Amino acid sequence: MSEVLRGLVAPFADIATNPSFFAEVLIGGVAAGLMYSLVALGFVLIFKASGVFNFAQGVMVLFAALTLVGLMERGVPVAVALGLTVAVMVLLALTIERVVLRPLVNQEHIILFMATIGLNFFLEGFGEMVWGANVKRLDIGIPDTSFKIGSVLVNRLELTAAITAGVLVTVLALFFQKTGIGRALRAVADDHEAALSLGIPLRTIWTVVWSVAGLVALVAGIMWGAKSGVQFSLSLIALKALPVLILGGFTSVPGAIAGGLIIGVCEKIAEVYWGPLVGGAIENWFAYVLALAFLLFRPQGLFGERIIERV
Amino acid sequence: MIYREAGQFKTSYGADQAIFPIVQDRVLVTLGILAAFLVPPLVADEYWLQAVLIPLVIYALAALGLNLLTGYAGQVSLGTGGFMAVGAYAAFKVTTAFPGLSILAVFVLAGLMAAAVGLVFGIPSLRIKGFYLAVATLAAQFFLIWLFNKVAWFTNYASSGTITAPPRTVFGVMVTGPLATAPVRYVVALGVLAVFALIAKNLVRGRMGRSWMAIRDRDIAAEIIGVRPLRTKLLAFGVSSFYCGVAGAEYVFLYLGSAETLAFDIGLSFLVLFMVIIGGLGSILGSFLGAAFIVLVPIFLTNVPHTLGLAMGVALQKQIELMVFGALIIFFLIVEPHGLARLWQITKEKLRLWPFPY
Repeated sequence: MSEVLRGLVAPFADIATNPSFFAEVLIGGVAAGLMYSLVALGFVLIFKASGVFNFAQGVMVLFAALTLVGLMERGVPVAVALGLTVAVMVLLALTIERVVLRPLVNQEHIILFMATIGLNFFLEGFGEMVWGANVKRLDIGIPDTSFKIGSVLVNRLELTAAITAGVLVTVLALFFQKTGIGRALRAVADDHEAALSLGIPLRTIWTVVWSVAGLVALVAGIMWGAKSGVQFSLSLIALKALPVLILGGFTSVPGAIAGGLIIGVCEKIAEVYWGPLVGGAIENWFAYVLALAFLLFRPQGLFGERIIERV
Repeated sequence: MIYREAGQFKTSYGADQAIFPIVQDRVLVTLGILAAFLVPPLVADEYWLQAVLIPLVIYALAALGLNLLTGYAGQVSLGTGGFMAVGAYAAFKVTTAFPGLSILAVFVLAGLMAAAVGLVFGIPSLRIKGFYLAVATLAAQFFLIWLFNKVAWFTNYASSGTITAPPRTVFGVMVTGPLATAPVRYVVALGVLAVFALIAKNLVRGRMGRSWMAIRDRDIAAEIIGVRPLRTKLLAFGVSSFYCGVAGAEYVFLYLGSAETLAFDIGLSFLVLFMVIIGGLGSILGSFLGAAFIVLVPIFLTNVPHTLGLAMGVALQKQIELMVFGALIIFFLIVEPHGLARLWQITKEKLRLWPFPY
């Protein structure tokens, strides 16, 4: 028993004796967390506006990155390729609204969820058919190297990702708070019927939301793709975004960011310091257990709307 | 004309409460069951039994289990793969520790083990529901798989990390292991499915099933009329996990022969959830139809270009298969969100009047 206790306590001593290594772990966690946040953000946007839990968000990340890389490989200049990819994502949003969402209006949530799983399969097959299934390198001109701030190593790519995520969140927050269409989006999120009766066109709103989610997916895809290559496993990060959503709340944009950071940091620290105690690779489930424990005390998440309901 | 209930009078409570009150239904179902038991072992070749029918029957059992939880009790679970893994590993541990124990008893013990684990992971359902619960059950999925990967005790310290079905007999016939023939394994799996389907049908008709449905439809109202949410939800998790555990044990012992944790990954959980939703939430028949759909459609899609004489690469074919599969899911949800079972119900109603319009 004392062995186990020592194993649990010893990492704290490690942290205290080697703070610069701890800082590196922390930064790694923050960087990973921001990546999760980017994916989670796409979920939150769609869930807020249409109540659809979009399982295909992960594949949308993959699809966006694949499209961009595919275009660049065919000799299209970067700027043009980016523009074209944005256009493709908007087109995708339009198609999804027309083909999938519109016929399924008023169905139960689980049905819409299933439809996005169908979408998930379709996009996966489609993306691979058009652009090929092998791993692709995405070079955005930022080297995956590190430099030192004081005695702490910082990765350039992770730093760029962090700044991009920050900018994206600020832009989204402004978009939601200050623009007319952002206000309409929030109205729809609050109450579909009330929004409709005020003359807010639901279909347009849905298209806009799915387009924005597509753009967020593109940014996430660029960042993940630059880090680990554009490949099928990108679509699996959607699963990692789920505990982030639970922690932050399904309906909160700041929650997605905070949740992502918390999950990323906790996961890294647990893996590095406590992982060896139980044989490692706890990264796979730690986030879920963390989210589960969190749920028991605060079911609505950090910033989620509190729904007063006795289960 | 042929299919109608006019003139069939019920003179006892027993007759009134029969599972199939209409004679035509009884005949059809009996013939169907007989055909399922007799025809494939005699007619089907090794490929069809091993690659299609055995997995179909086992998936149907897992889908049945998940349907009890998601369709009847309204609790979404993405941990099916994890619970199936518990069943498989429990069966492996029990049968290697007690080689004399009948393999059928081992399956039941494995199911009980999975039920116990399911109870533990069902506890969050008392606080949360919907998607939050789905994510919570993902914790079960990932944690259990990690556990079976990390702790060598579960695989009896096998260096490869796989569990292998040892040879076991039932009434002198080899049922598991490399020497068991496909027809025997098929019949055993089908027999288990038939028994458990009958139990499930009676469960959902009885007090337990009705309290599940009450919780599903309106939990607060159910609580007010005296259904205890704690007991009901945990029971649903337990029974569902039992079914999944038995299916998991069969998955390794009757279908794969040997497996590692990869066989029970998140993909399996989603696959079984598809079966339940495509087949029809809250329908026993739906579980079978859903399993058949999910197993048969990819095979059909694989063979279509071949029979049409179109030559295409394996990769391209796989991608087209994915696309068609995804599109079919969306199509079915749009056409009939309540699943294949509902389509069958509509057909039956139409049949009653046929050939008259009303």
